[in-house]
Amino acid sequence: MTARVLSGASVRWIDCQPETCQRVYFANHTSHLDALVIWSALPQKVRAVTRAVAAKDYWASGRIRKYMAEHLFNALLIDRKEIKVHRSPVDLMIREIGHKYSLIVFPEGGRSSGSEIGEFKSGLYYLCKKRPDLELVPVHIDNMNRILPRGEVFPVPLLTCISFGAPIWLEAGEPKSDFLRRARQSVVRLKDL
Amino acid sequence: MMDPKTLTLIGGVLALLGAVTAVVRVLRNRDDNDINPAILESFRLRIRAWWLLCTVLAAAFIIGKVATVVLFGAISFWALREFITLTPTRPGDHRTLFWVFFLCTPLQFVLVGMEWYMLYSILIPVYAFLLIPARIALTGDYKRFLERVAKIQAGLLICVYCLSYAPALLTLHWKSGDDGTNVRLLFFFVVIVQLSDALQYAWAQAPSKHVIVPTISPNRTWEGLLGGTASVTLIGGLLWWTTPFPAWMAAAMSMVASLMGFAGGLTMSAIKRDRGVKDYGTLVEGHGGVLDRIDSLCFAAPVFFNFAYWWSMI
Repeated sequence: MTARVLSGASVRWIDCQPETCQRVYFANHTSHLDALVIWSALPQKVRAVTRAVAAKDYWASGRIRKYMAEHLFNALLIDRKEIKVHRSPVDLMIREIGHKYSLIVFPEGGRSSGSEIGEFKSGLYYLCKKRPDLELVPVHIDNMNRILPRGEVFPVPLLTCISFGAPIWLEAGEPKSDFLRRARQSVVRLKDL
Repeated sequence: MMDPKTLTLIGGVLALLGAVTAVVRVLRNRDDNDINPAILESFRLRIRAWWLLCTVLAAAFIIGKVATVVLFGAISFWALREFITLTPTRPGDHRTLFWVFFLCTPLQFVLVGMEWYMLYSILIPVYAFLLIPARIALTGDYKRFLERVAKIQAGLLICVYCLSYAPALLTLHWKSGDDGTNVRLLFFFVVIVQLSDALQYAWAQAPSKHVIVPTISPNRTWEGLLGGTASVTLIGGLLWWTTPFPAWMAAAMSMVASLMGFAGGLTMSAIKRDRGVKDYGTLVEGHGGVLDRIDSLCFAAPVFFNFAYWWSMI
């Protein structure tokens, strides 16, 4: 609630309803606060079963951040530096969510610096291949790159707009690049709606 | 605690709001009327937001001056958020915006609360207005420099500086008058400006329509402006007993507030047109953003304060 008032977010559900079924919310990534803002935009019931995937190097440093990540929004921290085949983040995600939790992921991998949405990394594809039953909900966050641009410490209190779009699924036998392009398009499309 | 005059004024406004709410409700439930349902619906939503504004304002008055100043400070802060959100800025403006939001805005209201007229009257037009271009120049980003500076300055001037003159009414000193004089004056000001908004809108529904600026606002007509201002001038004159002014001065002040309110609404419409949006935000349903509600207050407040200040000197 606090984050919602602070970020002044207006939330739009376009061709999509808030549900507690297992989902993967995937969004464009422009600031460290993205995960928190999306999470707080969800209704209470949905929030309780939703975990955000966040970078360990940012959210585990500093006591306040660590407390927020662990106790407040129950984040799933991923070590970006030590990605290995036998300890892939996708496996970790699948193990952690079980058959209960939904995820918030940022398939761009890192924060994009401009207003353009970067190419999606393949993690989203592998996640869906292993769990094709998950609903994929595209999310677009507007303005966050102005609120907390790369390299800045203090945020400026502008208003954001978060749009949830119609869910998509991985089609049977769909090639990786096609799927990732389609997923990216679904986020880009939300920007102009 | 409040004196009978103040209570009568606040009670009267609440009664008026109650009456208008009832009338609109009756009209909505009747099927056989010739009033456009869209207009009625827009009026109903406006009334709902007025209720909110009125109760919050009355509550702040009862608690005291500090609460009122803080309330207006919060409104300013939010309005500035809406303004800057809609105005494109570049990454180079980030640090400047930080100072504008977290130093200039709170400081202005702290100074108003401290009644430091000599400083709060120039804090933004002198110090902040010089700080903004200098800070942006320091970042080395010179692209569309003047344009970016002007946008931030305009936001700060309209949303913060102008609006801060509304709670500044509480700091006036009158030769004759009781403790409630300033509270009543502020309430009078807010009611007159909001009323002139509503009456200009209502008069604009008249059959003959001469639109003033078709490219910016098709809803503002000469009929609305003249009719609304005349009605508000009359009402303000009749309410003279709540103000420190004689009847003719109360009427003149109401007229000025109404005309300035019109100018404010028109100016903010022009900005919205340019940005291609209808409303500034989504906080109060039916009212667009906070800025859509207070645009007329922003323009009227400094002028109203100035006139009242002169009068208090006489």
